[in-house]
Amino acid sequence: MSIAADSKFHVLAVDDSLIDRKLIERLLKISSFQVTTVDSGSKALEFLGLHEDDQSNPEKPSVSPNNHQEVEVNLIITDYCMPGMSGYDLLKKIKESSSLRNIPVVIMSSENVPSRITRCLQEGAEEFFLKPVQLSDLNRLKPHMMKTKVKTQNQESNEIQLVEKSEIQSQLQQQQPQSPLSPTPPQQQQPPNNNKRKAMEEGLSPDRTRPRYNDITTVV
Amino acid sequence: MTTACKGFLDEQFLQLEELQDDANPNFVEEVVTLYYRDSARLILNIEQALERNPLDFNKLDSLMHQFKGSSSSIGAKKVKAECTLFREYCRAGNGEGCIRTFQQLKKEYATLKKKLEAYFQLARQVGPAETACRPK
Repeated sequence: MSIAADSKFHVLAVDDSLIDRKLIERLLKISSFQVTTVDSGSKALEFLGLHEDDQSNPEKPSVSPNNHQEVEVNLIITDYCMPGMSGYDLLKKIKESSSLRNIPVVIMSSENVPSRITRCLQEGAEEFFLKPVQLSDLNRLKPHMMKTKVKTQNQESNEIQLVEKSEIQSQLQQQQPQSPLSPTPPQQQQPPNNNKRKAMEEGLSPDRTRPRYNDITTVV
Repeated sequence: MTTACKGFLDEQFLQLEELQDDANPNFVEEVVTLYYRDSARLILNIEQALERNPLDFNKLDSLMHQFKGSSSSIGAKKVKAECTLFREYCRAGNGEGCIRTFQQLKKEYATLKKKLEAYFQLARQVGPAETACRPK
């Protein structure tokens, strides 16, 4: 099941209107996205694995968003006007969460209120769609999701391959700035021997690498 | 059947037709059915709210916001226009204007339902491609 899911982007759509949920679901499916719809902001947060009392712990390193989610979500599209938690409130909560803030969020609204649009974009929404949403609007979504997917993959592969990668890099004796995660200080980029390798592995302490993850996660 | 489209339904209805295909042959009808259900609920709530004294304009505006939203989503142009007018009266605190507009809205809604029912009947007979507001 999850193998098939990997090949499609997964969008979480949030709208209190049943008609609009049906519409957005159809639009998203036609655009070849996998879709989950929920009818409120709190249900969205639940689905994303974030409970409203959860505070994002600054001590805790933010690694892959999949830490908290059971299912990977590549984009959240939400209505603005909803009873209880508005789309704007939901946007804020997502951007305040260390595990979710990388997920692109799009706001939909039936009302064209410039100050509302500005506020949402300033809070970190990628796009603001006026309802009724059109198929052509959804074409603008893929680039935002591609960014996240690439980032997520980088984080995961870097986690796993960290040690191997540094070994390869030292062997190639490169000066490329390519991998910001490489902990090799310049003096270690010499022809490898066992001693050097050990030094590099020791250099891969969580303290050194974690801050770099944070750097990456905040880059948009 | 293009007369069903003119004036009563706007381009959004055409969009709905475009979303229908062989794999989802009843999409438009499903959406419209949801719209009827939603509208019936809203009309009832608005009627009840209009019977109160004094009128709660915030509540009325909120209900009409929902009605406007769903009408817009299916392309119900005239109904949507009445919703907009109603909301203007709400904001002005004009109860009489609200009541008058609501009567007009219900008329438009009833007419729309008839048009849509004729549309679906025809679609069942000749197939949706023939019935479509825009030639495919």
